[in-house]
Amino acid sequence: MGHDDSTPDPRREPLPYSRRRFVRQGVALASMSATVPWFVQRSADAAMLPEDSLVSARPGIDEDRVLVVVQLGGGNDGLNTVVPFGADEYYRARPRLAIPAPGGADGALPLSGTDGLGLNPALAPLHELHERGELSILQGVGYPNPNRSHFASMDIWHTARTEGHGRGGWLGRYFDNACSGRPEPEAGVAIGREAPLAMLGEHASPVTFETEELFRWAGEDLHPLLAKRYQQVSRAGALETDGDSQLAFLTRTALDAQVSSDRIRAAVGRDPLVRYPQGNLARQLQVVGAMIRDGLKTRVYYVTLGGFDTHAGQERSHANLLRQVGQSLQAFQRDLAAQGNQDRVVTMVFSEFGRRVAQNASGGTDHGAAAPMFLMGTRIRPGVIGNHPSLTDLDRGDLKYGIDFRSVYAGLLGDWLQSDPDPVLGGTFRRARLLRG
Amino acid sequence: MPRDQVLRPLPERAFDFDRARHLLARAGFGGTPEQVRAIADLGLDDAVDYLVEWDSVPDPVVEADTFDRDIRRLPTDDERRLAQEARRTEDQVLLDQLQQQRQQRDREDRQQFDELRKWWLARMLETGRPLQERLTLFWHGHFATGYREIRDSWLLFRQNQFLRANAAGSFAELAHGIVRDPAMLKYLNNDRNIRRSPNENLARELMELFTLGEGRGYTERDIKEAARALTGHTVLDNEFRFASRVHDPGAKTILGRSGTFDGAGLVDLLLSQRSCSEFIALKLYRHFVNDLPGGLEGATPEARAAVAEMATLLRRHRYELRPVLGRLFRSRHFHDPANANTVVKSPIELIVSSIRTLGLPVRPLSVLLSAADMMGQTLFQPPTVEGWPGGRTWINTSTLFVRQNLLVYLVTGRSPSGLSIAADDTEFDPMPLVESLADSNGLADASAVRSAAERLLRFCLGGEPHPQRVEALDGLLADVGDRLDRDRSLALICLVTAMPEYQLA
Repeated sequence: MGHDDSTPDPRREPLPYSRRRFVRQGVALASMSATVPWFVQRSADAAMLPEDSLVSARPGIDEDRVLVVVQLGGGNDGLNTVVPFGADEYYRARPRLAIPAPGGADGALPLSGTDGLGLNPALAPLHELHERGELSILQGVGYPNPNRSHFASMDIWHTARTEGHGRGGWLGRYFDNACSGRPEPEAGVAIGREAPLAMLGEHASPVTFETEELFRWAGEDLHPLLAKRYQQVSRAGALETDGDSQLAFLTRTALDAQVSSDRIRAAVGRDPLVRYPQGNLARQLQVVGAMIRDGLKTRVYYVTLGGFDTHAGQERSHANLLRQVGQSLQAFQRDLAAQGNQDRVVTMVFSEFGRRVAQNASGGTDHGAAAPMFLMGTRIRPGVIGNHPSLTDLDRGDLKYGIDFRSVYAGLLGDWLQSDPDPVLGGTFRRARLLRG
Repeated sequence: MPRDQVLRPLPERAFDFDRARHLLARAGFGGTPEQVRAIADLGLDDAVDYLVEWDSVPDPVVEADTFDRDIRRLPTDDERRLAQEARRTEDQVLLDQLQQQRQQRDREDRQQFDELRKWWLARMLETGRPLQERLTLFWHGHFATGYREIRDSWLLFRQNQFLRANAAGSFAELAHGIVRDPAMLKYLNNDRNIRRSPNENLARELMELFTLGEGRGYTERDIKEAARALTGHTVLDNEFRFASRVHDPGAKTILGRSGTFDGAGLVDLLLSQRSCSEFIALKLYRHFVNDLPGGLEGATPEARAAVAEMATLLRRHRYELRPVLGRLFRSRHFHDPANANTVVKSPIELIVSSIRTLGLPVRPLSVLLSAADMMGQTLFQPPTVEGWPGGRTWINTSTLFVRQNLLVYLVTGRSPSGLSIAADDTEFDPMPLVESLADSNGLADASAVRSAAERLLRFCLGGEPHPQRVEALDGLLADVGDRLDRDRSLALICLVTAMPEYQLA
């Protein structure tokens, strides 16, 4: 057995991919920001309309209630969101950062039915929703032995487990339990680069995309002829192979992906009924609104906004973030009303923790514990739920929680999504009463 | 078939190009047609030796193996005193300064962590010992440890080197080493496992995930007792330290055996369990031979017998891995066409094997790593201590698009119209690949082009291509005029790598 000249003996000249300088280069470039590849970027091309009306034939979930989760990443400062302007301790702890009492232009917006409690003036749209009875404010939400690490606390909120390495997220387990057999491919949709842990179950995983235009095969931009042949391949569905083989699984998933992609991009391609403001959160909620309008069988949508880790100079940045939150949520709720879908949707807003009561030396606040949550919709029990945490009885400088977040999950799972919360949460939690009547 | 016959060797003469391709794809990260041919020319015996007995192959990347071990060093006595003083006197200026120093160290460590991830990916891309890196990744998933939880890049580097050094040595060495591994001890909180208040985390995962398998013959009581054996295994200044003061030397009863077990005694006891060899054998089998989506229960009698024989070999060779892997890679069973396309490529494997198999240019490592994140595999950050569940969990409608789109990026490097910012202008010339697969007629006429394209299909997808795929391929060729120049070849490769089969090895 001889070698011809073109095939060197790998024992003498080993197989490696021909040695290049990229190692050194790669390491040297570590501190430079990576260029964002185009496949994680919004494409300039208009969304393609679906080629045909191929729709998967499996029965969906006939229940038409929808939960939208809005995650505020970084730890939203609860005390400057829902402002206890009636408490002197608040002004003593935050001489520079406290929101003034109502009256002036930059004063808190008093919440009717409460005493000494108001919203940050940047949240005027939410204040309006509150006065209309479409917003509820849950005060002092948290959990025992609060963890002040972003990752750890976010994991706790996502898994609904306060200790141990979590196995899957609460919404993922909900899907595992609610959808036996093969779930509808778009049952859960997360907007973002990576699927949130909350949405991952043992079987369930959400459709995840940063922009709808990337939820498709980018190779079709190379040439229309290529697009045609790709469609031929991905729409082949089941090949005549063993129904449980890896290939059969892959082929089915490719079909699902194509069908979901067509549907989602067709839905999002339509002009919305209301004007959304600029900004990342509004863009995501606009996509969600379009999908709800289109009648997708999605039960849970997940969107995120980061930047709430306001350790320094928070005054302006926090107000900007809250303004974005308020305006985006308002536009979304108006969109739902214009669609006639306002009674189908509950929106939940949370952050992994609040911030310390006292401001720090850099004009910011450090990681804290309990904080308020918002629920929005026409079906929620409006008003302020729970008591504002004491500003004097603190746990190592932090607010103590009054409502366990798992009670909120239990309420949403049990009463809104109508699913047994116990197996999802791995225990029995008091079900917070969150819906009207 | 008698039990010890399942892994009988494939006859030398049956080891052809396709089987060499299969071997290189499973026991390495694939190779170009020339490399596959070279492996085939070696013959089965030498080819397997080349992969498994890698010590004779030079390790090409050693000079980068240096990272700063002191970013996370303990404070000196002076620094500690200064911090205490600042707290005592509530010196806000000094406290802020100290906090800034801490944040600076956090940043430096995160930077080093990014470099570490690039360094490992680069190793996988260029190593001449592909099985070593592949097994290192396998053991990283088995002994899962995450950066987020321990925030110490040096300890992860150290663990990675430990796994690499023992990747095909003995599983016994790995198991003994991991209960003395600083990163693991921190990750599973064993640095807080002390006699007065035992922490069960490491003991539990050692039994459940590392050696015996969940629910296989141990009780909660065994875990509690095992935790006592591991008390005092802690970390000091980046190194393992046995703190005898907090170790519990008393008698324990574990798995029905009584004694004054320490950490090493506990590991020996676990290794002596039959279930341990079976557990490791099955995990290796699912990685290298067939993922068995229906579980061992749903597997064929041959598959079950093969796993049993691997377990026997592990026990017979005191958990030495090379004899088992060598036997496996030479076996008829491993090369059985029924086992082709049964393993879902992990994201890292997809990236590395695509580049090494198609001979693609290496695009910026940070982009490749971020694509791996999007596909669900962040090196040094498995989702939980259970590692990556792998198999079908890698694939859903979203990750499938990311996988296919990554290939378009790897092959063309181009952005779609109007997006030039992120284009990578290193061009990939597909002609050497296409020509190396063509027969003696080259690409002279339509039928030669067609036959080269079908070989490319076989080469990329493995096994006998489905007629429907051939049809799509022929359709594209007809569309573009039955010619294969550079652009047409790129299009062809994009189409083939977007076929569902491409996600499988």
